[in-house]
Amino acid sequence: MFEPVIGLEVHLALRTTSKLFCGCSAEGFGASPNENVCPVCLGLPGTLPVVNERAVELALRFAVALGCEVPSTTYFHRKHYFYPDAPKNYQTSQGDVPIGQHGRVSLPSGKRVGITRCHLEEDAGRLVHPAYADHSLVDLNRAGAPLVEMVTEPDIRSAEEAREFLAEIRAIAQALGVSDAAPEEGKMRADVNVSVRLPGEPFGTKVEVKNLNSFKSVAAALTFEAKRQAQLLEGGRRVVQETRGWNEGGQRTYPLRSKETAADYRYLRDPDIPAVAIPDERKRAVQASMPELPQARLGRYRAAGVRGTEAAQIAYDHAVALLFDATVAAYAGPAQNVANWLTGEVAGRANALGVSAADTKLTPTALARLVELVDAGSLSATAAKDLVPDLLQGADPAALVASRGLDQVSDAAAIETLVTVVMEANPELVERVRANPKAINALLGKVMAASQGKANPDLARRSLAGRLALEEPPG
Amino acid sequence: MTSGGAPAQPGPARPGASARRGASAPAIAALVAQGALSAAETVAAALDMAEAAQAELNAFIVIDRAGAEAAAAAVDERRAAGLPVGPLAGVPVAVKDNLATAGLPTTAASRILAGYVSPFDATVVARLKAAGAVVIGKTNLDEFGMGSTGENSSFGPTRNPHDRGRVAGGSSSGSAAAVGAGIVPLALGSDTGGSSRLPAAFCGAVGFKPTYGGLSRYGLFSYASSLDQVGLLGRSVEDVAAALGVMAGADPRDATSFALELAGRAVGSRAGSPAGAGQSGGTQSGGAPAGWAAAAGDLTGVRFGVVAELSGEGFSQDALASLAVARAALEARGAEVVEVSLPGVALAVACYYVIAAAEASSNLARYSGMLYGQRVGAERDGQEPVMRATRGALFGREVKRRILLGSFALSAGHYDAYYGRALKARQRLTREMDAALEHSSALITPTAPGPAYAIDEKTADPLSMYVGDVATCLANLSGGPAVSVPCGAAVGSGLPLGVQLIGRAGADAALLRLAAELEVALG
Repeated sequence: MFEPVIGLEVHLALRTTSKLFCGCSAEGFGASPNENVCPVCLGLPGTLPVVNERAVELALRFAVALGCEVPSTTYFHRKHYFYPDAPKNYQTSQGDVPIGQHGRVSLPSGKRVGITRCHLEEDAGRLVHPAYADHSLVDLNRAGAPLVEMVTEPDIRSAEEAREFLAEIRAIAQALGVSDAAPEEGKMRADVNVSVRLPGEPFGTKVEVKNLNSFKSVAAALTFEAKRQAQLLEGGRRVVQETRGWNEGGQRTYPLRSKETAADYRYLRDPDIPAVAIPDERKRAVQASMPELPQARLGRYRAAGVRGTEAAQIAYDHAVALLFDATVAAYAGPAQNVANWLTGEVAGRANALGVSAADTKLTPTALARLVELVDAGSLSATAAKDLVPDLLQGADPAALVASRGLDQVSDAAAIETLVTVVMEANPELVERVRANPKAINALLGKVMAASQGKANPDLARRSLAGRLALEEPPG
Repeated sequence: MTSGGAPAQPGPARPGASARRGASAPAIAALVAQGALSAAETVAAALDMAEAAQAELNAFIVIDRAGAEAAAAAVDERRAAGLPVGPLAGVPVAVKDNLATAGLPTTAASRILAGYVSPFDATVVARLKAAGAVVIGKTNLDEFGMGSTGENSSFGPTRNPHDRGRVAGGSSSGSAAAVGAGIVPLALGSDTGGSSRLPAAFCGAVGFKPTYGGLSRYGLFSYASSLDQVGLLGRSVEDVAAALGVMAGADPRDATSFALELAGRAVGSRAGSPAGAGQSGGTQSGGAPAGWAAAAGDLTGVRFGVVAELSGEGFSQDALASLAVARAALEARGAEVVEVSLPGVALAVACYYVIAAAEASSNLARYSGMLYGQRVGAERDGQEPVMRATRGALFGREVKRRILLGSFALSAGHYDAYYGRALKARQRLTREMDAALEHSSALITPTAPGPAYAIDEKTADPLSMYVGDVATCLANLSGGPAVSVPCGAAVGSGLPLGVQLIGRAGADAALLRLAAELEVALG
């Protein structure tokens, strides 16, 4: 009967080529430790930050997309804490005037979630603790890489809503080109604030759970934490305000630090970074160049007749949606057919390779041609499915059909001939089907086998039924 | 000319003359360019003097004989090959040890950076070198620029070339002593609250703080970022003007820098190129035209404002007499001198020390023994104990005092009462100064409360040292340019004194022209 009250803090790695305050590569993935560093992001004495304009642009787009108020001038602040993952022993972030405030996001379910603020900040490095060593190692490749952090109001009421919200944010970030928002690559991370209360009562004491690296962990941590707090209260005990961590293996939260030891970050407006002016014209330009966001896209797909499940699946995956739109544009037929293939066989085969369909060599034209061949009856669905792996390698379906002799036999005369031959060769089977029309599939199987799978099954069935004088081809 | 004036002798108590022994930087460069003087000889003479005076003055942390001789030889070779040699060709210069120099240690006079070698040259150093100047060594300072006497150095105090029993002033103590002793015509300092101007006044040199952003801070080890500027110390206004000409210009590595307008043209054409890279060609043609800040001798129609709050209490008879001398000299040239009031001055020192300490507590956080510099403690102790031990053991007392003060001023419960209020006081003072400078071309004040302090006079009572910055810190708070010009001598001791001119932000060229007029008027 206790309900959880949830607020989220989401960090997204911005899609820039260089770091937030220097020219080092921000795409540290796969680099050896401390490869992407320079005097500035190492915090060497005498170095100064120079703001990456592209990062400001991306954060601005994100803030506008979240419906935030954007100030005419925004500032950077220093947030102080001593830890070796921060070479300057402070993180350059934003304080009292972030790039966006007071926004809101509507979820497909109709739920509205308030956005308290969103701001730019630099990422920290990574500490590695080798087993049994008396030291730790520091990798500063990520130090100084640009992040946008977004904080919600405590509007979320369930783990499921939290998931829905995160999916929305991920899709928005991808549609805007702001971030890859890939949790598995550390490009989307969440902290959650959760308390429980009896409905209608004031908010309870909140607990923060930090560093959740997948939607699944967020949902699991929220479920665990809400239950833990409810049990405490039901047992007559109280919830302590604290920061907790998430143990993935044990699927439980554990205490990190209490409020009493909370840090005083001594925020200071960074005197090395001039104020960033955001004139109204710039805001209007961003507004005007806003791309289609996932919910609008979902609406468009539904209007085009795509069923809800497939429409959502495609609309919320930016890269797949681009592939879908291009395929539909190249295709003469109902969009639903493309959606079926894209979310079915194509997605399945791509997943088996561990990638998204959008990351393969599949071209929109190839997919459009494949579906058209099936539509026209010149390729069986079975044969078409077998071609998908080749299409993912960039093959052209028409060429494959020709080289493999896969053209489906739809010629009525040819099918009549096949049917005659098979009936003559299987008189007992013919008698069985006359006695029991449901056995027609056995006879159909013989026809398909005789055609090496190329006969149009519908035509063959119809022909058999006619020859055996059955009323209706059984379904 | 490099032998002009024995470094070990206090100069005769002739008002304002002490720092003008020897030729100016542009004059040396002109002779080198003509082939009338070799860079090698000039630099060797400076190195000899620096080494000879070191035991007594302790002006240098490092004297780089090998590097300087090689750089001087390169200048001579270029000239012999008929290549352009730059507007400061062969001029020996000293660089404060909080400015990064690739290949030479930069310690900020702190034990926490003992032996630290920066991988890059500060932008100003790179531009100076590109103009043909030769760095002969790194000069002593108050640790991280924190001090007004030069005594807060882990390398020991710098001594005043005019009286070994007195301080050189700080924090650019070594640069001021090196110029005051006649070792170099030009030195780089830094100036956060007067750190170039006050020691210049104590040592009989010209000390100049450009408009905030007029010189790149890239490579200057930050003390208080919103107040820090690279400072220039020279024998004469001509020296600092020439140096400003080759070093000014926006730097893409310092977002607070901008292209300063000098002599009617922007010295900003270098913006966009990396610090110091490929500028030797640019500075050939882009250097300051000779004499761009020279005096014309007539000040008719020019108005100076004497600051009422800085012409009485808190200033010695010597300082006030020096101000009167300057005033009379200006009036004799036709200038009008009026009295202006800046009520905000009453809060200036408090405001300055709160802001400087707050920013220092942030800027110095990086010195924790993790990535570079010295470390106290073993890896197995864990990072936090090592950071504590390192900072506790290796920062000096004054640095720790300011870090604690600044951390307190920024802390959650005290921010509004201290840092927030200091920012408001700064705004108010800046408005007052801007208003006063609408009616006057420059404000004129004593640079310091009196002549150089005796060694140890201020060590037990840092507050009495802090108040000595009242006149100089105004320009750091407002951001405008300010210059100290030698003016008069203390009665009895004959120690140098200085007066300060404060100008409008961005009007550095105009201010230096007025300073040159004053210099000439003083004779």
